[in-house]
Amino acid sequence: MSLSGPTEFEAVAADDGLAGSGLQGDGNPAPDATAPGIAGRSLWAIAWRRLRRDKLALAGGVVIVLFILAAVFADPLAALYLNIVGRGSETFATAHNTPPRNVLDELTLLPVGAFSGASAKFWLGVTPQAGLDILTNLLYGARTSLVIAGLATALSLVLGVLAGVIAGFYRGWIDGVLSRIMDVLLSFPTLLFSLALVSVSSIITTSSFARYAVIVFVLGFFSFPYIGRIVRGQVLSLREKEFVEAARSLGAGNARIMFREIAPNLVGPILVYTTLAIPNNILGEAGLSFLGVGVVPPTPSWGQMLSDAGGFIQVDPFYIFLPGLAIFITVLAFNLFGDGLRDALDPKARR
Amino acid sequence: MIRFVVSRLIGMVLVLIVVSMVTFLIFQAVPLLAKSSPVYYYIGKAPATPELLQSLTHRFGFDQPLPAQYWSYLAGFFGKSVTDGTSAAVQCPFPCFGYSFRRNELVSTLIGQALPVTISLAVGAAILWLIGGLTVGTLSGLKPGSLVDRAGMTGALAAVSLPIFFTGPVALLIFVYTLGWLPDNNGYVDITQNPVGWFLSLLLPWICLALLFAALYARLTRSNVLETMNEDYIRTARAKGLDRRTIVVKHGLRAALTPVVTIFGIDIGGLIGTTIITETVFNLRGLGTLSIQAIRDLDLPVLLGVTVVAAFALVIANFIVDVLYGFIDPRVSV
Repeated sequence: MSLSGPTEFEAVAADDGLAGSGLQGDGNPAPDATAPGIAGRSLWAIAWRRLRRDKLALAGGVVIVLFILAAVFADPLAALYLNIVGRGSETFATAHNTPPRNVLDELTLLPVGAFSGASAKFWLGVTPQAGLDILTNLLYGARTSLVIAGLATALSLVLGVLAGVIAGFYRGWIDGVLSRIMDVLLSFPTLLFSLALVSVSSIITTSSFARYAVIVFVLGFFSFPYIGRIVRGQVLSLREKEFVEAARSLGAGNARIMFREIAPNLVGPILVYTTLAIPNNILGEAGLSFLGVGVVPPTPSWGQMLSDAGGFIQVDPFYIFLPGLAIFITVLAFNLFGDGLRDALDPKARR
Repeated sequence: MIRFVVSRLIGMVLVLIVVSMVTFLIFQAVPLLAKSSPVYYYIGKAPATPELLQSLTHRFGFDQPLPAQYWSYLAGFFGKSVTDGTSAAVQCPFPCFGYSFRRNELVSTLIGQALPVTISLAVGAAILWLIGGLTVGTLSGLKPGSLVDRAGMTGALAAVSLPIFFTGPVALLIFVYTLGWLPDNNGYVDITQNPVGWFLSLLLPWICLALLFAALYARLTRSNVLETMNEDYIRTARAKGLDRRTIVVKHGLRAALTPVVTIFGIDIGGLIGTTIITETVFNLRGLGTLSIQAIRDLDLPVLLGVTVVAAFALVIANFIVDVLYGFIDPRVSV
């Protein structure tokens, strides 16, 4: 998403420097390379230039785009694959309900052949016992990862930015209360608590949608204090800046100052936080699924695949490598991109 | 200083009360929301007769209002007699977390059995990651762009992207099943019975757990060292003609590593939660596996007990860090 280019960055950057009066308009100070003399460059233009030179970060960005495409287009991609291998009549759902014949050994229920029984019909083989197609499982697992990690990150962003901006802007007792709440939340044994919440929620309902919602809540809610603290610190210093005073002298209300004047300056740290929070949440979802309190089967999840593979590691390590590699590559890509973004946006970074 | 410590202590107790209250509320109130009695989740099955349900509800105190129940849980912490659900009353000495009807055991006994495993795992891993992370981070930060820096940071980036539930099984596959370098004892070996076996049984769990944290610490240390070494006072020290060792050790590292103290305290405190996955992968019967088992059985007293213990560890660690910090950096206590 952040690859959409420098224009979006620059529009935001209009609030930098002497900006922020709210009257300035969103004139786009795009650097013009052909212009004579010295062209001014916004922070975002500089950041984009730096990012473009960071090959690893760009590679990470490409992988992220592929991951998102795989997750979004899992249905047509799976259909395409099934057609190519001559199993066009199957859908993801039927492939799960009816384990294909002749792929699993009847006695041991293990795939026939090495590499989890990979063949022309099942490119990455099938899972032991259930006999599920590993390739489609991985594909739909990407969707599970992305949806949960994305929603959880969005939840923590909304809560964190709201809490941080309000605490930093109003200070006083409001800040005291919000900061205390965030401190207490950081003292929660998060993973244990998540496990408890998920298991207790299953008393009320066992629907897979409810499970999704609980996982998103657990991952998002317990991580919002991290971004909340960052935002609060930034707002504490931003609220003393001249542009806030200027806006106030023009009659802007608190809400406008907070969300139209101050908030746009937080886009940098928020972007960096987002790209680094998503991989954390991907690992979080995989971890919960690994422990058996993640998404409910038959919804595929990489963590669950790893968990299922654990018992068969001595039979064929292929089962564990495939979902493991999927998690590793995805998380690494997000980390690379996030690191690159942070370096690019850091004004103190090496020239 | 005393005022600072006292205010921190009060804050600590408050946090503990909030954590235990929320945990308690979730476990006691959610079954009510589901229109079923918490009794079910305490004894693990539906009571045979409505009369039995009634009498158990009364005996467990579920007929009292929630605040009263919470107070009795809190007050009972210092010792009380609990019912084992059938007939006799069981004496539950301090620290009392109640009774697990699934396992016919006091929760404090179960926690007491599991604690040495988790502590062995946590302490060993912490030593490893502190040494590894700080060494790599410092060397990288002192010479950015060097071979050590690039190799270290690439490794660290890979390590933070690898979940333990992937590295663990792969490490087992390589070092235990394939190469046979480590014994396949499948679990924890008591240190008092077999120190060597204890060490060998924990070696892979230590390394796998430490790898993740070492990577985070290396990255943190590197950026701190890098930033500190560019400060004006370091330049001043250099201009004074101090030798490099003095500058790095006395002026640079002291400032650069202070933030690491904070993180370390929090991470150590939070380890009871973090070790869950490691314990599951390596089949170590610590607090993590205890809680996982409790979750599978819906054994609420055990789950509540472990959560409170974990929160307690976290809060204590935070407290120690705060006080230490107050000594290292006097500005904090103002």
